[in-house]
Amino acid sequence: MQQAVEIRGKAASEGIFTGPVVALGDISLVHRLAGDPDIETAELAKAIKTAIHSIRALQNGNEGEAADILEFQIAMLEDPKLRDQAIFDIARGASAPTAWWVALEHEITGYANSAEEVFSARAADLRDIRDRVLRALSGEATTIFQQGSILVGDDLPPSLFLETDWSKGGAIALRNGSASSHVAMLARSRGVPMVTGLGQDWPENCALAIVDGTAGLVFAAPPAELIAAYEVRKAAETENRDADDAFLLRPAKLRDGRPIDVRVNIASVEELQYIDPASCDGIGLVRSEFLFGDGAALPSEDEQYTAYRNILQWAKGKPVTIRTLDAGGDKPLRGLTTEESNNRFLGLRGIRLTLSRPDVFCVQLRALARAAIEGNLKIMLPMVGQPAELEQAAQLLDQCVGQLQRSGTPCAKPPLGIMIEVPAAAICPELFADAAFFSIGTNDLTQFVTAASREDVSNSHPLDAVHPAVIRLIKNVAAFGRENEIPLSVCGDMASKAQHLPLLVEAGITSLSVSPAALSRVKAALSHI
Amino acid sequence: MKEWLMGSVVINHDVGLHARPSVKLTKLAKGFSSAIEIAGTRAGPWFDAKSIVKVMAIKAGQGATLHLRAKGPDAGAALTALSDFVSCEFDEDITDATSS
Repeated sequence: MQQAVEIRGKAASEGIFTGPVVALGDISLVHRLAGDPDIETAELAKAIKTAIHSIRALQNGNEGEAADILEFQIAMLEDPKLRDQAIFDIARGASAPTAWWVALEHEITGYANSAEEVFSARAADLRDIRDRVLRALSGEATTIFQQGSILVGDDLPPSLFLETDWSKGGAIALRNGSASSHVAMLARSRGVPMVTGLGQDWPENCALAIVDGTAGLVFAAPPAELIAAYEVRKAAETENRDADDAFLLRPAKLRDGRPIDVRVNIASVEELQYIDPASCDGIGLVRSEFLFGDGAALPSEDEQYTAYRNILQWAKGKPVTIRTLDAGGDKPLRGLTTEESNNRFLGLRGIRLTLSRPDVFCVQLRALARAAIEGNLKIMLPMVGQPAELEQAAQLLDQCVGQLQRSGTPCAKPPLGIMIEVPAAAICPELFADAAFFSIGTNDLTQFVTAASREDVSNSHPLDAVHPAVIRLIKNVAAFGRENEIPLSVCGDMASKAQHLPLLVEAGITSLSVSPAALSRVKAALSHI
Repeated sequence: MKEWLMGSVVINHDVGLHARPSVKLTKLAKGFSSAIEIAGTRAGPWFDAKSIVKVMAIKAGQGATLHLRAKGPDAGAALTALSDFVSCEFDEDITDATSS
């Protein structure tokens, strides 16, 4: 009998979940009994073929480095030498997934230990290949996490979160990670309990755990009494949520009846299937980074156009604010952002990055202008700190719209607004009076104002509270917006937290954009203010 | 049994025999019917030049000497083509011209 272990971390996403533990490191390997070696070998060959096929599909429409990387992956998969060891192991009784895993692990170790970066970086390609084949073997197109599991690991890439099926619940427990990371934002928006910064105390062979994302606690191998106690608490929280849910489809109002505009933040088109358009006043922030994946294959204009159009069609005329690519900082993108920079948070990122790559930026602007005829689209620029950045982006948008019009392509020029997240813009909003709207990104603003990184585990606590300096800046921007009739909203995490809403209302904010999971809670909280 | 035809060439390419040149090298090698092997040292171990897995595993960086050997009907042509390819910094035109 194992001892229950209580591990204290940082609360990253509210909620309680009790369930089986899946270790993220070896997540892709599902041990199973081996069948007849001939059948196992045939299955492996088929899975490799499927993997090659899916990479070829990815290759379409990609050129240059992205295509080369995929070509390399295909060449590796096509090489019989890669599967020789696996087939040898299968002949000795191993299952196809296990044999493939072991064979690839051997190759990966060889690369990972290389002193030269061009070779050690190939380990990532091999992991990619390994996982793609394993997914094909397990017959699942995207993910092979068992539904309703607690994912335990060092960190979780956002793409993996999006590939995971959370419909049966589940939770995330990370040794590192941060409550302000993007995966934490995603977890909050989907209502997946998450605790970060657990450290290395995780016991081996722990099969069951409780994740308390509200308190920031994880119990490994909990006793039956504790599980029962948590079930009671969970029922109570569900009841609270049900009370909040009554507000979901009502327009948001303060106690005195003043309306508040409440929109949602999304980071993928898929999220929309879980959101009732009637429950919100539109989409206040689309994080367009989801289209760019890890940067291995930049999305084409048509791909982007299709995604934007789908979002606008979902919104049925309600406003949709799409933020242009916000890479860099904690959102690196292969081939676009520089990894060498010793200060990537203050380096080439956000609008500065896209302005330096008009080849990438104009593709996005053209796709947006084409989609704009499908609904009420607004374009938002991230990380703006200089008026020239807004001017240059406006010029590029004009050029793109002009090109499209000359070629007879249907398009419209959406209003161009900016995120207020760089302190320079929050202090001097008058420099950006030409912007069609402002949206305050409280996460980045807070970390720049307080000089506390949101990625750093040890900094999680100071970020939970709202610094008076941030409130003063929000009031400053709100006052300028009111006087000059520039629409203003708040789209940072602060808007999703019930305890911070009175501060925002007092600062004069009348428009919020929140994570979809927080909609009913935010509306309920507003009704008491 | 015929003897191996031997040769060696210095890698000039600034990042060595990494992913893309390796893919091209194996494609070039597959165009010949001879057995072709490459190694990081003359003493071996020798690896199949038609296998991307093996070629990558040599991890030959810039300035490294690559040893080549071929055995078969077109061994001479194979050795010349591969040496030219490596010494010309993996020039894409050479590969395409030879393999097409």
